[in-house]
Amino acid sequence: MTEATVAPSGLPRPPQRASRRKACWFLLIYLRRELRQAVMIALWLAVGVALVMMIAAITAGVGNAQAAALRSLYGIGTDLTVTALAEAPADPRAPTPDSPGTLLAGNLGLLRASSVTDISRLRGVARATGGLNLTEIGRDGNATPAIVPVDGVDIGNPGAGPFGAGALTSGRSFAVSETAADVAVVDSRYAAANHLAAGSAIAVGGTAFHVIGIIGQAPGGNGADVYIPLTRAQALTRYQGLRHLTGWVNVIYVTATSAAKVTAVHDEIARLLPSATLASSADLASAINGSLASAANLADDLGRWTSASALIASCGITSLLTLAAVNRRTREIGTLKALGWRGRAIVVQIMSESLVTGVIGALIGVAIGFAGVAVVNAAAPVLTASAPSGSSGPRSGAGSPPAVTVHLTAQLSVAVIAVTVGLCLSAALIAGAFGARRAARFQPADAFAQLT
Amino acid sequence: MYALRGVTKQYRTKTAVAALDGIDMDIADGEFLAIQGRTGSGKSTLLQILGAMDRPTSGEVYFGGLELGAQSADKLSEMRAVSIGFVFQAFNLIPTLSAVENVEAALVPLRLPGAQRRDRAQRALAAVGLADRADHLPSQLSGGQQQRVGIARALVKEPAVLLADEPTGNLDVDTRDEIIALLEELWRERQLTLVLVTHDMVVADRAQRIIALEHGRIQAAGRRGRD
Repeated sequence: MTEATVAPSGLPRPPQRASRRKACWFLLIYLRRELRQAVMIALWLAVGVALVMMIAAITAGVGNAQAAALRSLYGIGTDLTVTALAEAPADPRAPTPDSPGTLLAGNLGLLRASSVTDISRLRGVARATGGLNLTEIGRDGNATPAIVPVDGVDIGNPGAGPFGAGALTSGRSFAVSETAADVAVVDSRYAAANHLAAGSAIAVGGTAFHVIGIIGQAPGGNGADVYIPLTRAQALTRYQGLRHLTGWVNVIYVTATSAAKVTAVHDEIARLLPSATLASSADLASAINGSLASAANLADDLGRWTSASALIASCGITSLLTLAAVNRRTREIGTLKALGWRGRAIVVQIMSESLVTGVIGALIGVAIGFAGVAVVNAAAPVLTASAPSGSSGPRSGAGSPPAVTVHLTAQLSVAVIAVTVGLCLSAALIAGAFGARRAARFQPADAFAQLT
Repeated sequence: MYALRGVTKQYRTKTAVAALDGIDMDIADGEFLAIQGRTGSGKSTLLQILGAMDRPTSGEVYFGGLELGAQSADKLSEMRAVSIGFVFQAFNLIPTLSAVENVEAALVPLRLPGAQRRDRAQRALAAVGLADRADHLPSQLSGGQQQRVGIARALVKEPAVLLADEPTGNLDVDTRDEIIALLEELWRERQLTLVLVTHDMVVADRAQRIIALEHGRIQAAGRRGRD
C-alpha cells in the first residue's frame, strides 16, 4: 500500500483496501502495557472457572463413589434387582431362626427360576441371573444361634450379584462342572474368624462342603459369608412347607444393554412379574444413607446453584470492570476517533482485549481448578454409605444394615474443562460486548468535551 | 480550504444553548488563522466542526469542496484519518504507549505496513526534535515534549489541515514560545492550513488572521500582516 494519493477535491485520497493487522498491532501494545489490568479482570473469570471445575469434579467424584458403594452394597453390574415379598408361613411346622443347621430363604419371597429365562429374553436385557439369598442358622462356640448369610450362585453366570463384586484372594472359583458339587467359596473375614482356608471343610444346611476359594469383599457390603452353587442351595433350602427350592430363586439380577434402557426394562419386568419388587440402581442410590448421600445431595443441589451463581457473578463483575475500564479510557477512545479510527475498529479493539482477558482468565482458572482438585484428592475425604433396613436391596433385613466407606476422588474430564473454558470465553465476550457497545457510542467531540 | 455558511450549533440541556450562531467564514488553503474568544464563546465547538468531529445543527461546512454535514460517519472518520491533524490542549497521548507508538496510532487507520509506519513515526518525532525520546512513555516526558509528540502525531500523516486547540495552554512561557515557533515552522515548511484556538494574544499575534468569537458569533476579524 498505499501512500495517500490526491483526490479530485485536492485532498489526499485514503487507501481503499483494509488490513486486519491494525487491531492486532494495537492489541499487542495494549497487552504489553495493560497486562496487569487484564489479569485483574481475568482473575474474576478465573475464580468462576475454578469453582465450576472443582464442583463438577467433586460431583463426578461423588457419582463414582456412589457407583462404588452400589457395587459393594448390591453387586456389580446390576441395573435392576428383582425380588418378591415373603408370604406368611402357611406351615406352622416351618423351621424357625432358632433351629440350628437349617438353611432358610430369609424374608424374601420366591420367584420361579423360569422367570430368569423370561427376563433374559426381554428387549434391552443384556443378562439376567437368578440366585438365592439365604441365611443359615448355626451355633457358635457358646451354643448361641449365629446367623450366616449364604448365597446360591448361578455358576454358569457368576458375574452378576454380590459374588461378582468380590475378588478371589486364594484358591479358585467355581468351575462350570460343579453345579451339583458340594463346594463353597468363603468370605475372607468370615474365613479368618472361623479359621477356614482353601481346602477346609464347612457345614452348610447340614451338609459338609469343601472350601475351594477365599473371596475378599468390601467391608459392610451386601455380600454373603458363604457362596455355594445355586443348584445345591436350592436342594438344601427349606421354605415354609417346601422341603427344597428346586426350580425357585429369590433374587434375579438384571443387567440392561445400556443405561438408557433401564427404565424400559424396568417397565417390561413389572408387566411380566406384576407382584415382584423391582429396584434399579437409581432406587438403590437414593436409598443409601450416610455422608455419601449427604455429599451427593450437596453436589446435586448446592453444587448446581453454586456453579450457576459463580458463573453469573464472574460474568457480571467482569462486565462491570470492563465497562469501568472503557469509561476510564474515554479520553483514549475519543482521541483514537479524532485520529480517524472508525467505530468498528474500536469495537474490534475492545472485543479483542476482552477475548484475550477471557483466555488469560481461562488459563488461570484451569490452573486453579486443577490445584483445587489436587487438594481435594490429597485430602481424600472418607464418605460412608449404608443401605437402610427395609431398602430394596435383596439381603435387606438380614441383620444390621450394611455400610461401606469410600474415598472421594474428584475427577476432571476434558469435556468439563472444555465447557468451562467455553463459558469463560463467552462471559468475557459478553463483557466485551457491553464495553464495546459503550465505546462505539463515544463521539470524538464527546470525548473532547470531557477533556476540557 | 473551508467555507462555512450560516453554521449554528445548539446543545440541548434543559434549554437549548447556542454554541455557534450563524457563522459565515472562509479559510484559504495554507492560511494561518487564530481564533480567540472567552471561555464558552464557541471557539472549541467551531474547531470540532472544522475537524469533522461534530456536525452543525444547521448551515453548511465545506471542506475541500465537500459538504461535511452530508458525509457518513465513516467518511468523516476517513477525512480525519487522512486530511486533518489535531493538536489537543491536554496533549491526549495514550499513557500506556511510548512516544513513537502514540505517533504510529495516527497511521493505523491508513493501513500502512508496520515497518513503513514505524519509519514515518520516527521521522515525525525527529522533525519535532524528539528522535531520542521515541521509546519514552508520556509520563517520562515534560509537558513541552508531550506536546511535541502530539504535534508529531498530528503531522505524521501529512494532512492538509492542522487544527490546534489551545496547544500552549498547559505550558510555561518558554515552552509556549518553543511550541508556537515549531508550529509556525511546520506550517511554513509544509504549506499547511493552520487553525489555532488560543486565549494568548502572544500566540494569536503569530497568525496571519485573527477572528474573535463571542456568544457563538464572529465579533471581529483582522489581519496581522506578518506574511
